[in-house]
Amino acid sequence: MSSKAGEKRNKLVIICSKGSLDMAYPPLMLATTGAAMGMDVDLYFTFWGMNMISKKTIDSLKISPVGNPALPMPNILGMLPGMTSMTTSMMQGKMKKIKMPSIREMIKTAKDSGVRFHACSPTMDMMGLKREDLIPEVDDIIGAATYLELASEDAITLFI
Amino acid sequence: MSSSQSGVKPTTVVDSRGTMCPGPITDLFRAYRNASIGDIIELQATDPAAKSDTEAWARRSGNEIIAVIDEKDYLRIQVRIIKKGR
Repeated sequence: MSSKAGEKRNKLVIICSKGSLDMAYPPLMLATTGAAMGMDVDLYFTFWGMNMISKKTIDSLKISPVGNPALPMPNILGMLPGMTSMTTSMMQGKMKKIKMPSIREMIKTAKDSGVRFHACSPTMDMMGLKREDLIPEVDDIIGAATYLELASEDAITLFI
Repeated sequence: MSSSQSGVKPTTVVDSRGTMCPGPITDLFRAYRNASIGDIIELQATDPAAKSDTEAWARRSGNEIIAVIDEKDYLRIQVRIIKKGR
């Protein structure tokens, strides 16, 4: 179903599927901005995206130089021990410099702005996660059918 | 935009200088939630995306930008609150 002519979509639904530091920021930035613009925003966390909302991993997301051609490091070097943590601290240093908030702070801001957080039930099963393993900002645990229903309400949908 | 040269006296000043997207819009939104109809919020920002993003925010939320003042190293964007959402 598409919008009526001249009418703008007012709902944003993003699937967060990645668990690396660089991929955690875009959905949170869009979600917070969307909520600030008066949109209804839902984030659906699945697969490695669960790392963003799991108590154990939220503060230790990393970025790997391997398989990332945007980083100035050959894969063969990136594979060496310590390279992932080196790349991660380089990125964190750059983010600190431009006063970029941490993922935890971004989630808090998003939540305060009205963004809803949904965890994917099959992923939780697969990763052996329970409700209490997730940060309290998570609203509920949903499956594909609920996601599709959210997304079908004339929403902008993104898979990140 | 009759007052675009110097602006008017704002009800609230939001200093977002030094933050990048989505900092300015997030800060503006926080002030907006506490604002009343008729208030003027002045957003101060160094983010080069701030002007375009605030204009988009204003169009979307139904509010009005009354002045954009260039202070050389930062912008003062004045928004009149004429519509309150949530």
